[in-house]
Amino acid sequence: MKFPASWLREWTDPDLPVEELAERLTLAGHEVKAIEREGEALEGVVVGEVLEFQRHPNADRLSMCRVTNGSEEFQVVCGAPNLVTGMKSPLALPGVKLPNGVKLRRSKIRGVESNGMLCSARELGLGDDAAGIIHLPDDAPTGADLAGYLGLPDPVLDIDLTPNRGDCFSILGLARDVSALTGAALKSADVPPAPPVIDDVHPVKVDDPRVCPRFAGRVVLGIDADARTPAWMTERLRRAGLRPIHPIVDVTNYVMLELGQPLHAYDLDRLQGAIRPRFAKDGETVTLLDEREVRITADTIVISDDSGAIGLAGIMGGLSTAVTAATTSVFFEAAYWPTALMAGRARSYNLHTDASLRFERGVDPAGQARAVERAAQLLLEIAGGEAGPVDDTAFPAELPVRSAIRLTGARLRTVLGTDIAPQAVSGYLRGLGLAVEETEGGWTVTPPSFRFDLGIEDDLVEEVARVHGYDRIPETTAVAALPLRPLTERCVDLDRVADTLVARDYQEVITWSFIDPAAHRRFAGDAPALELENPISSELSVMRASLWPGMLKVAAANLARQQERVRLFEIGKSYHGTLEAPVEVMRVAAVAVGSASPEQWSERARGVDFFDIKSDLEALLELTGARAKFAFREAEYAALQPGQAAEILRDGTPVGVAGKLHPALAEALEIHEDVLLFELDAEQAFAADVPVASSVSKYPTIRRDIAVVVDENVTSAALVSTAIAAAPKIVRHALVFDVYRGPGIEAGLKSVALGLILQETSRTLTDADADSARDAAVRLLQQEFAAVLRD
Amino acid sequence: MQALDDLVAKATADIESADSPAALDAVRVSWLGKKGVLTARLKELSTLPAGERPAAGQAINGAKQAIQGRLEAKRQDLEQAELTQKLLADRIDVTLPGRGRSIGGRHPVSRARSRIERIFRDAGFGVRTGPEIEDDYHNFTALNIPENHPARALHDTFYFPGGLLLRTHTSPVQIRALVEEGAPIRIIAPGRVYRCDSDQTHTPMFHQVEGLVVDRGISFANLKAVLHQFVESFFERDATLRFRASYFPFTEPSAEVDVLWEEGNWLEILGCGMVHPNVLENVGIDSREFTGYAFGMGIERLAMLRYGVRDLRTFFENDLRFLRQFH
Repeated sequence: MKFPASWLREWTDPDLPVEELAERLTLAGHEVKAIEREGEALEGVVVGEVLEFQRHPNADRLSMCRVTNGSEEFQVVCGAPNLVTGMKSPLALPGVKLPNGVKLRRSKIRGVESNGMLCSARELGLGDDAAGIIHLPDDAPTGADLAGYLGLPDPVLDIDLTPNRGDCFSILGLARDVSALTGAALKSADVPPAPPVIDDVHPVKVDDPRVCPRFAGRVVLGIDADARTPAWMTERLRRAGLRPIHPIVDVTNYVMLELGQPLHAYDLDRLQGAIRPRFAKDGETVTLLDEREVRITADTIVISDDSGAIGLAGIMGGLSTAVTAATTSVFFEAAYWPTALMAGRARSYNLHTDASLRFERGVDPAGQARAVERAAQLLLEIAGGEAGPVDDTAFPAELPVRSAIRLTGARLRTVLGTDIAPQAVSGYLRGLGLAVEETEGGWTVTPPSFRFDLGIEDDLVEEVARVHGYDRIPETTAVAALPLRPLTERCVDLDRVADTLVARDYQEVITWSFIDPAAHRRFAGDAPALELENPISSELSVMRASLWPGMLKVAAANLARQQERVRLFEIGKSYHGTLEAPVEVMRVAAVAVGSASPEQWSERARGVDFFDIKSDLEALLELTGARAKFAFREAEYAALQPGQAAEILRDGTPVGVAGKLHPALAEALEIHEDVLLFELDAEQAFAADVPVASSVSKYPTIRRDIAVVVDENVTSAALVSTAIAAAPKIVRHALVFDVYRGPGIEAGLKSVALGLILQETSRTLTDADADSARDAAVRLLQQEFAAVLRD
Repeated sequence: MQALDDLVAKATADIESADSPAALDAVRVSWLGKKGVLTARLKELSTLPAGERPAAGQAINGAKQAIQGRLEAKRQDLEQAELTQKLLADRIDVTLPGRGRSIGGRHPVSRARSRIERIFRDAGFGVRTGPEIEDDYHNFTALNIPENHPARALHDTFYFPGGLLLRTHTSPVQIRALVEEGAPIRIIAPGRVYRCDSDQTHTPMFHQVEGLVVDRGISFANLKAVLHQFVESFFERDATLRFRASYFPFTEPSAEVDVLWEEGNWLEILGCGMVHPNVLENVGIDSREFTGYAFGMGIERLAMLRYGVRDLRTFFENDLRFLRQFH
């Protein structure tokens, strides 16, 4: 909410500069987002009067004006299209410096002398309007200092109101809080009655009091349609961010800003029969003030007359009964619409109006008659006419009831952690307009009609704290009973996984949880199951089932930025299952593109390949202490190159995938190099075994090397496990130290060299033992794979 | 005797002139070898009268030892020189870059998250997580935000067909933890959260850390203390904080916290408050017996302030040139 400080000060005027006032408001929960300082540096600008004007002889769009500052006449060239003889407008004479820094000089414009300038709002820093010069009211005193006349400078406060404080959506409401916070006196909200001079009322029929517990109306006839809104009001409206329109509309807006009660003004001559607030009939339509036709749903309250719906209650009036510049008879409406029936309604029509904002949060159910009284009073003042009586239809049984709330000193002390003197507490609460009764050990407090947010004891605790000041509550470290909890060693901490990847030259990235559905299809091979209803864009509309698509996009972007070596990892969730039962899986994924190592003076550059990332994967799997439970098995995936893709198994259960990105997919991403990837299900892969130590054997190991020629399709894993199985008590480990294809080896075969590491736990092995273990291994390999021992 | 001294002097000169182990060996042979000069002199001893032999033999042996000593010293000198020479040839440019892989780095948001976790763990907070695809009950209703509450409009929620949503804050973890563990409880809950908003200062996905302490006698004064200590710990410096009244449906009283930053500006860093009695009652905790505080902070916001990052969006652009500044 935006408003000029002068308006607030009319209601309560604490002896504080505006900055401090803003600070107090901010600390009390009404955050002042900005203080706009307009109307400064207007020294020398005066109210000018245009005596006559004629077209510039050398320019169609310019005029030569004869203007006066009341004592002297000047010739001024002006380009404004809204010149009128006799109009009053701000005049800046040579020597005056405008707020935008321009210093005026005597000049010649297209050959005609110009001795000053008539100013637009923008030129004076009084708004954005640059379409014409400011048209001041005709009664503006010619020659008067403009700033003085307009009450400038007047800082404008822009406040972010919290949704619970609908009562502060007005000058009156904020003034109440300011008065409570500062102790400054508050002007009475009572409006002096504008006595009725005619008997006219317009009939209002409320069939269902729950829909409209209160409706105050008033008729004003014989308004001067040519009246103009006075400057003091247009200026206040403008500074509050509302565009002045004409007196009737301006008055309703003014009263809403001042008292917080939205009003609607009907052109009485266009109403057909009694006004009836009611729930809409399904399918009913209405054309609103903004000329939009809306189809109304049955959960919305409408105002209707004999012609049907003529407005959305508390949201926006209809076009058919709207006031116009020609209106001379009005009917003012100030109603109370229950918050429960208003909540969410405006939004369902994509509307967001000053009225709906207030009704949703709660408008004082006791303020309707006061508001029409005030509106009538202001309209009579501006445009004359004759007012009928205030017609206040109220159903007290349907109006919100403020129950007494018990507040104890003990609760205050417990929740705030400090003692506040009881008389101070009483003072704070009374200052806010609450009815307070001091009782044994506390207070019985009844909130006023306008406070919708006070229902329980802790609400009062907050009010006390707010007025007392959060800054006056001490800081006390809580003494907590802290039993130690078991610390699990059954899974690898993901921070440790991350640190290991960092140590192995991977940079962590964080990519969006939602991706492009097309990317999902390319990688997952199926239609996305978890698609957002209201995505930020179609490219971020489905929940990812893999971290790869997002990471590859990042990799491609970095390659495009001349990063030659891109090695990324991400730890985050992927999303599966159905819209009814989604499943989230924490994953660890990595992408590597470019050379295996950074370019270096002594090493030949080599592109990263499967075995590079496999070693990184193996390092991660080692963290579990259960490396032996993992196996790699060739597998096929839509996104990976056939023959270079592996499934990672833990005790036979798939826990991850590794491989080379399919070249077609790489090309689609405009990556022209090999892309290596892996992805693990963190929960399954990183379950850890608590180490169980066994004593280290004191007997030496012996090594025997063998090389066997086998078929291409025989995996090294099979050779190793077979070699060990041949003499499991002696062969501790078998390592592959060479794989050879080429001259001397028939095509379709390969030579694999194994180093058998032999050891007995209870004695030193002899050479004969070692030889027999080696022979056993060779025999079994021959048996299983038709392996031929190579000399 | 004069002759022996001359011989030793001559041998010494030979030794000194040897410039390699081989040359030195030749010198040794020429003096001490089978046909060497001193060997010949020893052989001549037998020609001397018996009475002179011991003295003469002693003198010759003395000369021989002197020559041997010089030979040994020279040998060591030559070896040392040779080693020095060899090592000199092995000299490298120690300023050349090392070989093998480099090192990667963590994302600044992870770095900040990990730091926040460590600070709170030290103070005895447990770390909890929860689902990101949430239901309306945990994200809103249980947190005292009923349907059509104006506060819902502020959340810009992403919805799935059928009613599930992406959590808009980490607060639903409060509800889940309270249901599972009850009170007393002392936890933080970091994680991804989502809002349907994207501009210079908003990204549709970001990270929050929720904090929750519920126990007997927990007060606003405790909340003020823990947050002040946290901010000083996180930024490693004295900090001036400002607690501003605010509104969250799930806390009462509620506050937003600003920290006094450079140039005297107050920067908002988090929201907090005392857990609303309705929230405690929703999870079956007696709000007369237990009170609690809760807070929620944006990790990106803290990371921006800590590491001088100006634009929120850079965190999710994942430009390696940006990310490599964090380790």
